[in-house]
Amino acid sequence: MATTTMPGGKAGSQIGRSLPRLEGREKVSGRAEYTHNLRLPGMLHGKIFRSTVAHGRIKSIDTSAAKKIPGVFRVITIDDIKTVIPHPYYGPAFHDQPILADEKVRFVGEPVAVVLATDPHVAEQAVQAITAEYEELPAVYDEIEAMTSKVYVHDELKPAGTFADLKHLTGRKQTNVALDFKLRKGDVEKGFAEAAHVFEHTFRTQKVLHLAFEPFVSIGDAKRDAVTIYTASQGPSFVRTEIARLLGLPENRVRIRVAYLGGGYGSKLYIKLEALVAALSLLARRPVKVSLTMEECFYQITKHPCTFKIKSGVDRDGKIIARKCEVFWNGGAYADVGPRVTQKSGFTASGPYDIEHVHVDSYALYTNLTPAGALRGFGIPQLVWSYESHTDMIARALKMDPVEFRRKNILKAGAKQATGTPVNDAPLEAILERIASRLNWGKPYDHGSGAVKRGRGLAIAIKAVISPTTSVAVLNMTADGSPILYCGTVDMGQGSDTAMAQIVGEVLNLPAESVRVVPRDTDVTPYDMGTLGSRSLFHMGHAVRIAAEEVKAKIAALARELGEPEGSNVPVGELFKKKYGMQAGNIVGSGTYKPDYIPPQPGTGMTTNVAPFWMTAGAGAEVEVDTETGKVTCTRLINVVDCGKPVNPKIVETQISGATLMQFGFTMFEKMHIDGGQVTNASLADYKIPGILDVPAVMENEAIDSIQSNGPFGAKGVGETATFCCGPAIANAIEDACGVRITELPLNAETVFRAIRAQQNNPLGDE
Amino acid sequence: MAARTISFTLNGEPVSAEIAPHHTILEVIRNEFALYGARESCGQGLCGCCTVIVNGTAVSGCLYLAAFADGAAVTTVESLDASGALDPVQEAFIEQGAFQCGFCTPGFILMTKQLLDRHPDPDDDTIKHWLSGNLCRCAAYPEIIQAVKSAARKRAAARS
Repeated sequence: MATTTMPGGKAGSQIGRSLPRLEGREKVSGRAEYTHNLRLPGMLHGKIFRSTVAHGRIKSIDTSAAKKIPGVFRVITIDDIKTVIPHPYYGPAFHDQPILADEKVRFVGEPVAVVLATDPHVAEQAVQAITAEYEELPAVYDEIEAMTSKVYVHDELKPAGTFADLKHLTGRKQTNVALDFKLRKGDVEKGFAEAAHVFEHTFRTQKVLHLAFEPFVSIGDAKRDAVTIYTASQGPSFVRTEIARLLGLPENRVRIRVAYLGGGYGSKLYIKLEALVAALSLLARRPVKVSLTMEECFYQITKHPCTFKIKSGVDRDGKIIARKCEVFWNGGAYADVGPRVTQKSGFTASGPYDIEHVHVDSYALYTNLTPAGALRGFGIPQLVWSYESHTDMIARALKMDPVEFRRKNILKAGAKQATGTPVNDAPLEAILERIASRLNWGKPYDHGSGAVKRGRGLAIAIKAVISPTTSVAVLNMTADGSPILYCGTVDMGQGSDTAMAQIVGEVLNLPAESVRVVPRDTDVTPYDMGTLGSRSLFHMGHAVRIAAEEVKAKIAALARELGEPEGSNVPVGELFKKKYGMQAGNIVGSGTYKPDYIPPQPGTGMTTNVAPFWMTAGAGAEVEVDTETGKVTCTRLINVVDCGKPVNPKIVETQISGATLMQFGFTMFEKMHIDGGQVTNASLADYKIPGILDVPAVMENEAIDSIQSNGPFGAKGVGETATFCCGPAIANAIEDACGVRITELPLNAETVFRAIRAQQNNPLGDE
Repeated sequence: MAARTISFTLNGEPVSAEIAPHHTILEVIRNEFALYGARESCGQGLCGCCTVIVNGTAVSGCLYLAAFADGAAVTTVESLDASGALDPVQEAFIEQGAFQCGFCTPGFILMTKQLLDRHPDPDDDTIKHWLSGNLCRCAAYPEIIQAVKSAARKRAAARS
């Protein structure tokens, strides 16, 4: 991508400017604020005693030895929590998660007790002195088993009421299905009957985690009838609402403050440690900080493992006429936002294709594992892994070129996607052609000789941004005319502060550098649904634009009132001086944005307006496979994505590159190994993430020329888009190289080598 | 546990601190001297977020016991812009957009300085070798490599 850096500080034309991040200096000098660094006077440290069994009834918890350790302030269990929060269950989708284990434990690592001490080492040591006895219960770990298992993780479903589309689940018993989303278009069985070919495959993805380098951290500071929480959170507004509910306080008595985040990727959404620290601080009457170790992060939240059974009917011409998708999401022991992942991803489970008959069943399942939530794609990467592997398998079986097969079936501009919503501003065809062209598709390709084989593959994808969601922003021109922006979007590295400042600058004809973006503080920053799902640039971007336009109109009105000629462009500070006789006054504008939305019909999922915008992406990969070891080297990784008009091309490029490299880890080697519910590689020593040596030799990152016509200045979000296609593009390249098809992630050497040996009718043994 | 007092220089200033045997240098510089540029992430010396310089060599502050720093010269990222101006490596990281969340960035910057002190004009393989002990979950690696090269050019220009 061409990244043109315009001269800094230039007014006007702020959109499309590759401005370095506003907080760059703080970050390179080590002085950026993170909650990780925060200490409050009198603060205690809380360390967590965790369950060692996956499913069990708590018979006893013995804290007596821990209490005797010098320096221990107090040891807390759920009985203590209930004295300050009588009903201590929380969660965005379901009120199913207790602040500490209550009668039962449901996964290994579930918090059971907390030691408070001034010295974190003392607290840690005292945790070792706690013992608990459990009556172990049978556990269920696999999402398919959970569908029919008689082991129930919860006795009864408890939807939170936050999301209207979950209310119908209230009171359901004897089930692990937390949500079943259905989409029905046409008659899929009729389509299969008419098809010339029917293909059915099953794909799986593994359990992986976000592993943000700033581990989960929250500090509670509860006073009488008011509580402040300092937290590394992607959604301060939701945290406030949930803490207010738990404590029975109005929202204006709950203050959530968020510094920069040392990474989020979806892990720090909704509510994590915040309810715990609020309760601990209420009990201790002192500020309490809970800061997890990296190991503990493996027991907080992960990505959803997923099993996807996909069946397609194709006619004689290679047109897909029917597709049935059964998707099983392994949500772990508590729902977190899993039911929403299940539903919202379900809209596009059939892929970026124009298919007459579509049938989607998407199930959120409880299991006895670490809870699962959103991870940079809200389920889409798991779906694309499956449907784009499936696409190539069909093309191969039909002896059709994979690009030609996609061309024949792709959703064209204006066509109706499976939900019935037209696909606009979603340049799928252009993306496919761009990837094909970059790969020199159709030209002869050297597949290598000897043991190392070469191959190439591609994939395309679509996502409907989650909807409907609301953002509010306030812009304040201070007495000297310098602007302060109040918005709840959390800058966790995606560069939102910089992008929002650019939008203000564009409207007010000011350099973006002159805009101060206030750190998130719910006492002053207005409501925002959350920094998630690539929604912020579009939704908050609009709110910021509207706020800035209101300010602009008020400045013009003030100038008129003061007798300035139209278009005179007198600086705001001078207008204020003229008006108030001194450096004084403010002009405040606010903006609220909530897009139109038509809820999908229950039972069919049909709607003509499922989302305000589509996210579309494609990837191409070239690989070398060492057929003697199974080692796969990705030599070239191409991502072409649509983000409308890039507000900041350099930051967009970094987002594309960073997102695909993160997904590259999930594709090639990352995996949580689990034995009896216990994660056996819960550390960075044993759970490997991409390092600088893993980066493919050639990476090409392109934001395709595009405009999101209803977006702020033609823009939309891009945080997740480049995660979608990396996995299947590489798996498709592996098959092109050496003829083996891998249906389960990751694509590590062992998996590939086993597949090669199986193909040679010489399979390896189990160990 | 017996406390003891250690004396060392911290970013050029002589300092002393009362420590327990299990305290790491990372805890001491954060808790006693409010220097937060080095931070603990993996806690195993694998990610590089806790990098500090002891007697001229980069160490993992989360594993380096404070007792061993007695009499040593300890340098942190906060020393780099003590003059008020950023170090060329810091400038290059900003200009190349070589970070997103910034949590790992001080570690990368300190390691890059070590690299450029020994290899003023490193090639890609040398850069990757030297920075393979620092991890970035936002995966800004391509930009980091560009930033290292840009910093090398800045330093060369400053010398000539």
